[in-house]
Amino acid sequence: MTSPYPILSILGILIVTLTLAAGLIWLERRLLALWQDRYGPNRVGPFGLLQVLADMIKIFFKEDWIPPFADKAVFVAAPAIIVVTVLMSFAVVPVAPGIIVSDLDVGLLFVLAMSSLGVYSVVLAGWSSDNKYALLGGVRAAAQMLSYEVFMGLSLMGVVLLAGSFNLTAIVEAQRNLWFVAPQFLGFVLFLIAGAAETRRLPFDLPEAESELIAGFHSEYSGMKFGMFFVGEYLGVILISCLITILFFGGWLGPVLPPIVWFLIKVMFFIAFFILMRAALPRPRFDQLMSWGWKLMLPLALANLLITGAVVLAWRS
Amino acid sequence: MPIDPLFFWAFAALTLGGALLTITLRSAVHCAIALIASLAGVAGLYLLQKAEFLFAVQIVLYIGGIMVLFLFVIMLVNLDAAARERQFHKRWWAGLAATLATGALLIYYLAKGASGLRAAPMPAQPAGNTEQLSDLLFSEYLLPFELVSLLLLVAIVGSVIMAKKRIV
Repeated sequence: MTSPYPILSILGILIVTLTLAAGLIWLERRLLALWQDRYGPNRVGPFGLLQVLADMIKIFFKEDWIPPFADKAVFVAAPAIIVVTVLMSFAVVPVAPGIIVSDLDVGLLFVLAMSSLGVYSVVLAGWSSDNKYALLGGVRAAAQMLSYEVFMGLSLMGVVLLAGSFNLTAIVEAQRNLWFVAPQFLGFVLFLIAGAAETRRLPFDLPEAESELIAGFHSEYSGMKFGMFFVGEYLGVILISCLITILFFGGWLGPVLPPIVWFLIKVMFFIAFFILMRAALPRPRFDQLMSWGWKLMLPLALANLLITGAVVLAWRS
Repeated sequence: MPIDPLFFWAFAALTLGGALLTITLRSAVHCAIALIASLAGVAGLYLLQKAEFLFAVQIVLYIGGIMVLFLFVIMLVNLDAAARERQFHKRWWAGLAATLATGALLIYYLAKGASGLRAAPMPAQPAGNTEQLSDLLFSEYLLPFELVSLLLLVAIVGSVIMAKKRIV
């Protein structure tokens, strides 16, 4: 099944995700301010809404500077990689019945593949900047993403076992009676943590860690090239929220309201949750991060997979 | 088989061009990027053959896993000194012989045409072959599959022993 209106779906998803990513900058600053008991941007336009527009105009007119010591070609290509890979992932996200760009048979694997490509953006940006702090950020990103990707994939295999398919539409349809968050609660928690690590948001923002690495991998970036990393990060948050909604919370399924509204409500809830996480949690040390990943999360994900497999097998026979 | 020839040539050019650049470029990171492009081309070729599962696994494992590790090591180690060293190993003739032998084998079979190669029967349902693949992997080819994983286990244990040599 492909969408009846492919071009419309592509344009719609592109416009909505990019607008949402820009809007999230405002939403995040306002919500963070609310939770930290301050005002946030409230001067430009009603509720400070036009602040986003002002920031955009400013960032587009900034000097597009490439440091003379940088590896020019790689330096220019790196910010594009993250935006391209995340937008590619949205191609297989089923927003509502019929609103999907490509209903790929291995949709879930495709998303995992694209998210594993995203790490190159950060690693190559760190390397090509030819700057100690940027390089350290890039090395950290490589180690962090590699360790958290392993159990990110494993934590989802329980859902795949229950639904019997990699296809995201089929996974949503399999949740008509029961959302997968109930039988796969451990998988959900593991994926939430891995997802936060994939987007490099605050508890896991060690590649940029302002207080120790200046700005890590994007220390040398300015203007719209820096903006691309920023947009890529917010697109990543939207993508992970969409995936959690689809895989564990029944996607567009819900009573009374039209499917697309349910989908948006659920996605916005998880976006707000990611922002709350940033407001509430401190940043761990790097060795703590790595040992959690390999010594706690990975065994838990493997155990989850083993138990789910055994239960599914026993249920069928 | 209905393969869009334009895509085939594009991916083939990406694969071969990337491979050539991998062995000719000077900077180690540039070589790694060229190798990534080459592997991505192979993934595209898999997709053209409707092997969607292989396509995804190729990207997740080779591009998203192994090449990230390559880059990680390249960034950790200072390769400037290594780049100035002699680029040819003493036993370069062995590599040359192996390459020529493989090339001769390929040319022999290509010249013989399609009749020389035993083609696998086309599955009844071309789309959605992930289940068929796993069925075969865990029934008919179970022993080779498990043997390969044993090989990987040996490699893991070996690398741990090598890394911990000074500590133990």
